[in-house]
Amino acid sequence: MIPPRLRSKDYLGAVLMISMGSAVAFAGFGYRIGTLTAMGAGYFPTVLGILMVLVGLLIGLTAAPALETGRVVAHGHGSSAFEPRAWGFILAGIAAFVLLGTYGGFVVASFACVFISALGDRQNSVRDAFALACLIVAAGYLIFHWGLGLQFEAFRWG
Amino acid sequence: MHQSLIDLWYGFGVALQPHNLMWSIVGVLVGNLIGVLPGMGALTTISMLLPLTYVIPPVPAILMLAGIFYGSQYGGAIGAILLNLPSHPPHAVTCLDGYPMTRAGRGGAALGVTMMASFFAASVGILVMIFLSPLLVQIAFKFEPAEMCSIMLLGLLVGATMSRGSPLKGIAMTLFGLLCGVVGTDVTSGTIRYSLGFSELSDGVELGALCMGLFGIADFLVNVNRMTLNPGDAKVSMRDMRPTRKELKQAFFPMLRGTLVGTVFGAMPGTGPTITTFIAYALERKVSKTPDRFGKGAIEGVAAPEAASHSKTQVDFIPTMSLGIPGDAVMALLLGALIIKGIQPGPQLITEHRDIFWGLVASFWIGNVLLVIMNVPLIGVWVKMLQLPYRLLYPAAVFFICIGVFSTKNSLFDVGQVAVFGVLGAIFLALEFPVSPIVLGFVLGPMLEENFRRALLISHGDLAIFVERPISASFVALGALVVLFQIVSYLQLARGPRVSRVSVASSSSERKDRSDEPILGRIALADQPDD
Repeated sequence: MIPPRLRSKDYLGAVLMISMGSAVAFAGFGYRIGTLTAMGAGYFPTVLGILMVLVGLLIGLTAAPALETGRVVAHGHGSSAFEPRAWGFILAGIAAFVLLGTYGGFVVASFACVFISALGDRQNSVRDAFALACLIVAAGYLIFHWGLGLQFEAFRWG
Repeated sequence: MHQSLIDLWYGFGVALQPHNLMWSIVGVLVGNLIGVLPGMGALTTISMLLPLTYVIPPVPAILMLAGIFYGSQYGGAIGAILLNLPSHPPHAVTCLDGYPMTRAGRGGAALGVTMMASFFAASVGILVMIFLSPLLVQIAFKFEPAEMCSIMLLGLLVGATMSRGSPLKGIAMTLFGLLCGVVGTDVTSGTIRYSLGFSELSDGVELGALCMGLFGIADFLVNVNRMTLNPGDAKVSMRDMRPTRKELKQAFFPMLRGTLVGTVFGAMPGTGPTITTFIAYALERKVSKTPDRFGKGAIEGVAAPEAASHSKTQVDFIPTMSLGIPGDAVMALLLGALIIKGIQPGPQLITEHRDIFWGLVASFWIGNVLLVIMNVPLIGVWVKMLQLPYRLLYPAAVFFICIGVFSTKNSLFDVGQVAVFGVLGAIFLALEFPVSPIVLGFVLGPMLEENFRRALLISHGDLAIFVERPISASFVALGALVVLFQIVSYLQLARGPRVSRVSVASSSSERKDRSDEPILGRIALADQPDD
């Protein structure tokens, strides 16, 4: 009926929601809960956390038959949206920007960002990525550093 | 109503001021460009340009952001009709009849009809605003914290359940968004909540970072390695764009019907533009005397969905601007931008910030004029741009996102937030959770909590206040109806055979031949962040 793969996604999702919700609720207890009349800082988040746990349970329980009304349109596509290579590279590109922004500066960070994310696409050769990165860094430098006066040193350390 | 007309005139005055007009043009141009380029939604673009709005005054800021929104609708139609490439999900339906028309050499006419539909829809949107706003102003005075709370709850509920995919997952994501909104300093007590030890988080999560991470990065994650363009040669000259009189006559009533569908569904928070266009198309087919012409180049098949899409876009603004309830993620972003500028959305926006409200209404019409003027000569340019390879486009976009977020507060921590939300967005996508409700929850969260607290303070801790006051009670009742409806459809689905509700979307996509399925499927998946 439902391919096992789909069911396990829902279960995973349910587990995620339940764990998130409980973590939030637990932390929420640390803040003052108060009463309905005088609600403390923890009231709202704890309620949300509990609700999340409940929804997670419901998702887990209803994980089997189709609840997805919108799903019919998506069925034309066989596989899921999971593309590990591209995802890894793009996220690594952003991480590179953050890390190299402090220990490198604008030019280094931007270059790394574009270069690494470009490598995520199977059709981009290393040369393509390199060329694109140089181009973007040059344009970015002109637009942001020179044109808009962005406070981000071209090269810096720490 | 007389007052509304005066206000509208004032609005035109505001919108036509050179400063505001300039930003309108920027927005509309960028929006059109984004609409043409596949893979980058209006949501991504608006979040990228959000930092820009921090430094310009609120009126031009909102005009620009709005311009991006409906400009992108325009651009999407161009790709769909000329190259069978819907850059955005709502235009998938337009491909069905638009592309055959191009192949028959009538592509220009299809575009012309689209422009007219958009114009028509904008005018209708303005009329609706004129008639509705005195009503809304009257209601506005009766809105107290309890009403604000219950209408926000209703909006969140509808947004969660009507978004793509499982309504339960939609609710879970709304809760997640609400929680993201909680992070930071509590206004009432001063306690710092969920900052995880980061002092930067005591100000809360950055809206731009959240949106860019969840939508922009998610956009790329979904589209990379999947964009297969087929650049046909579509040459459209200016003369081509005039539809024949026969075509005009054929297109007229579909346009009307499409606008009606769009208006009705636009006013309902939570329904995305994609569903609206599907419904308009399906309706058109049912009503037509020659339904077999559809899919082969029937102009009604272009006029109706486009009219629906454009009018929905305009009408989408109404609940957002007047009641402070965003209909979908894009509206939530706009609302967030307004809040950042210090403008409190809600019923009093119409009276307190006349220039924003009516300037916006007037700018719809002006924006459409601009779009028509721009698109006629620029069509060739757009077609060329469609052929820009995505693989070169998205790394540049990643860079712009990083820089954009950084420039908000000169903080690399914010860029780190983008990465975190990118990862979260990726996880949610992989587990098939809808991402749009997160923004709704995030933007409305703080206000919801504040109003909830106030309402309970007023009622001395009595929860019954939400059902005692009539307006609030009606919202609560509507919310209960929504939940009931979901439970009923779940039970019906679980029982087995297709229910009509589901097959509106599926029948129009299923009965259209199988060859279209991959496009719809691909776009539907790419749809995740954006709808």
